[in-house]
Parts: sequence; structure tokens; C-alpha cells
Amino acid sequence: MSVLILIDHSEGQIKKSSFEALSYGAAVAQQLNVSAQALLLGTVTNNLSDLGKYGVSKIFQVADETLNAFDAQVYAQVIAESAQLLNATVIVVAQNQTGKAVAGRVSVLLKAGLVTGAIALPDTSNGFVVKKSVFSNKAFANVAIHSAIKIIALNPNSYSVVPTEGTATVELLSIKPKEAKVKIVSVNKISGEVPLTEAEIVVSGGRGLKGPENWGIVEDLAKVLHAATACSRPVADTHWRPHHEHVGQTGFQIAPNLYIAIGISGAIQHLAGVNRSKTIVVINKDPEAPFFKAADYGIVGDAFEVVPQLTAEIKKLKG
Amino acid sequence: MKILVCISKTPDTTSRIAFKDNNTKFDESGIQWIINPYDEWYSLVRAIELKEKDSSVIIHLITVGTVDTEPIIRKALALGGDEAIRVNADSSDSYYIATQIAEIARQGNYDLIFTGKETIDYNGAVIGALVAELVDLPYVSLATKFEVEGTTATITREIEGGEEVNQVQLPMVVSVQKGVAEQRIPNMRGIMAARSKPLKVVEPVSAETLTSCINFELPPAKAGVKLVAADNVAELVRLLHEEAKAI
Repeated sequence: MSVLILIDHSEGQIKKSSFEALSYGAAVAQQLNVSAQALLLGTVTNNLSDLGKYGVSKIFQVADETLNAFDAQVYAQVIAESAQLLNATVIVVAQNQTGKAVAGRVSVLLKAGLVTGAIALPDTSNGFVVKKSVFSNKAFANVAIHSAIKIIALNPNSYSVVPTEGTATVELLSIKPKEAKVKIVSVNKISGEVPLTEAEIVVSGGRGLKGPENWGIVEDLAKVLHAATACSRPVADTHWRPHHEHVGQTGFQIAPNLYIAIGISGAIQHLAGVNRSKTIVVINKDPEAPFFKAADYGIVGDAFEVVPQLTAEIKKLKG
Repeated sequence: MKILVCISKTPDTTSRIAFKDNNTKFDESGIQWIINPYDEWYSLVRAIELKEKDSSVIIHLITVGTVDTEPIIRKALALGGDEAIRVNADSSDSYYIATQIAEIARQGNYDLIFTGKETIDYNGAVIGALVAELVDLPYVSLATKFEVEGTTATITREIEGGEEVNQVQLPMVVSVQKGVAEQRIPNMRGIMAARSKPLKVVEPVSAETLTSCINFELPPAKAGVKLVAADNVAELVRLLHEEAKAI
């Protein structure tokens, strides 16, 4: 019996959401008094034995280079075969682009109940109950898994990485991946920017900024905070900013440590995308903006005066 | 080409979320029901666009739900699609629902199965993957662009910090999101036509339920906003640093 955690990677680097999944999976294993093991498909440049500090004792690697290209069908087959081989009773993946594509498939292959969007450790006092986010973060549901094997897809930024002491050993698994049916034609990464869904801090602008030429103040603030930039739906729809920056109900749903909203009124659809943020700061000249009700800190004032001052003060703080 | 479009009924995006019966059930009083936005705006509209380019395309809609999902499926038919299938079952378990869709998918021999990236109520984001595995087809999720030429689909999908272009031979399953198509509003002709389109009701096949929802919780209320004067930005920085420990 073991908890098996999928290590997800891109361009040779393990993703941040996977470190969270490792810490979470290790805590689940401790709770169930079984071992925590990790599974890596393909190859990465990270030092694998270092992953012991996230609480896993053993890393199993299917070191087939073809697995560096993602095909959900192939990944599901390899994960399911590994889980059976290793007698895993709980499988943990990050609910990111990979997790969303693959967890359901593994669930079918292993007849394993799956909870996606988990935000807390399971309650194992009576059965196996996982808390997940529902209604676009406006509520939580406690979902019981009835099957022998259980799969949890953990929401990014929901579980803190808890580094401990320890190293992990690496063992190769010889599983032959089936032939991929998805051909990757090209990959286009937006370079030099912090990926929005993984960012600790996000600085976001809305219609209050009046036009794309005024985004400099947002970018300057984001730069001193090493933050990702985002925007509201009207801003993306009018092409002031690219669609990949749109957060909200129909855009990205994010949960950073700090979300700074500048000139965004805070429509319910926007809140659905950001209300899992730990701390929300709202800067808006309209004191009646609904966003203030969902905020932790606020400044009623002109963004064009307040934001550059904020950037300067943070620079001062950071020395 | 035959396309199956998965349609789900969800509460309107502006709904007040509340629960009843000791927090075990969603409180439906006063709720306005809509087609799940991802199913309607992107999935269904993209299928309709493909049919507009090639009139030989056949679109079937499927929903798994009780008789009260019928107004929603009629509304979807008013946008487009040739006929609809309703599997007469009520479940919140994704595996159960996907098993029903997979059964219809097998019988109908579809070239393409479209789903929205997630529903806005349970946010499972998993039906596409489940159906794909149940019918053993390739699956690409979170598509922002979808083109098909002959039997080759070219899909742009979201990845962390960027996008990836994939090519897949049909048949396949794809989950779609913003970017794939633009929202449409049904017109009078569509609404009239929808009334006479076939809506087939089938009984569910037996399937296991692997999970069940025990109860719901609402997030704790926010303590209330702490307002800082616009001429005292340094105080906000101090609060973020010392109190919130966010910077």
C-alpha cells in the first residue's frame, strides 16, 4: 500500500504545482501510515534525490524520452500500470493542465473514484472524504470516495509546500508506453513572464486604466513584486491585453497569495476567478465598487497616482 | 462527419449560492438555469460553425439529467444541432455521467465529441477525459482553437505559461474553452425550429457511482476590508508586509 504522486514537468523542469502535490501526498501517506512514493514520466534536469525533502522516500521513473511529449492516453496507461505494479491505493496529481487531461482517464482504467479540485487533506476518520472547491470557488463540497483506489487532483496554490529533511532513492520502472496519437506540432511559451496559474503574486488591471497605453504602471508594480500580470474580461475582450491574461469565470481561475486589483469593479464573474486568493488588495476610485466587499485591503483613489507610489514604497521595502 | 456535443445544465453565473437540508443539497429556489457557458459559448457554437462550413456535418446534443433539463436542451437546439438525446438520470458523480455519455457515443459512432472545459457548478473538469478513456479515443483538453481538415484535427491547447499546437486523427474527444468560438444568441427562427427537432429520451445503463457528495460548506465570510487613505500608501505596504505577510 502506498500513496503515489505524479511529478509533472515541462521543458525539463518540475512544475511548482507538483511540489505542492508531493508535500500533500506525503501528508496523506503519513495520515494513512503508508509510504509516499513519486512517479516521474520522462526525464527532468532536477536532482531527483532532493525531492526527498518534500516527504517522499522513493521515486519511480519511466525514463522513456517519448514521455516528455504529453499525450493523455499514453500518460494514463503508464500511470495506471505503475500504480498497479506499486500497489498504490491513493494517487495524487496536481489539478493543472496535465492533471485535468489525465486524472479522469486513470480513474476509468483503475475504476478509481476521483475528486478534482481538492483543497485540503482528506478526512479519513470515517471513510475517505475530500474537500473540493465548487460553484466557481463560491462554496466547498465534501466528497466521499467509495472505491478501493482513490485519486485526488489537488488545486494549485491550495496546499503549502512543507520542505523536510531527507533524500529519496530513484528506481527505474520498465513500462513500455503505447504509441502516442497526439502529435505536438509546436510549443509557444510566453517567455520572461511568470505563468499566471503558478504565480504567488498577481497584479491585475481593469477598465479603470482607460487604455492599453496605461499598462506601464501595472507592469512596473508587477516587476518589483516578481508578479504575473492579469486583466479583467472587458480588457481582454477589447484586446487591450492578450486573452491569456484574462482571469475570471471564463478565464483563468487563480489562487495566488496576493492579488492586487487595479481599476476593476469586481463583477461576480470576475470574483469567481480570483476569490481563492489569500490576500486581496483593491485600488479603485469608486468607493461603491463591489470589489471592496471581497477585499482585505483597499484604497479609494486614482490608480494613476496610487500605483506608482505603491511601486516606489515596495522598492524601498525591498531595499 | 458526426459530432456529439455534451450539454450540462448549471445555475446562472450570478446566482446566490445557498444550501438546504442541513447543507446536503443545493438550494434551487430562485435559481435561473442556463446551459453551462463552456458547453454553450464554445463547444456548441464551434460545432455549429463546422456545420456552417460543411453542411454534411451532423450534430447531436447529449445531456444527462431529469425532465427539468429539457428547457435547457431546447435552448441549445435553438442555437443549432440536428437532434438531442437526454439520458434520463440524476447524478452528480462524474464517472456515472461519463458512462452514460460513452454509451451513446459508442452507439452513434461519432467522429468528434465536444465538451466544455468544466461545468461552473461542480467544476469537475473531467467528463471529457472520462468519456475518452471509456471509448478509448485520444483526448486533448483546454483547447483555445480547433480546426479540422478532412480527418485531421489541429488543436491549440493551453499549457502553463503558453500554448501548444496538437494534431490528432479523428475520431477524438476535445474539451474547449474561451477562444474556440464566440458567444451567439439564438434567433427566432432557431427557437421555432428547435421545437420540432427530435429530442430522444433514453434510460440510463447501469453504472457504478465511485463518489458521492456528503455535504457543502460556504467559505467563511471576509472580515471586511481595511481601507487605507490614498495619501498613505506606505501604510498599505506596511500592512501587506507585517500583517498579511504577503510581500
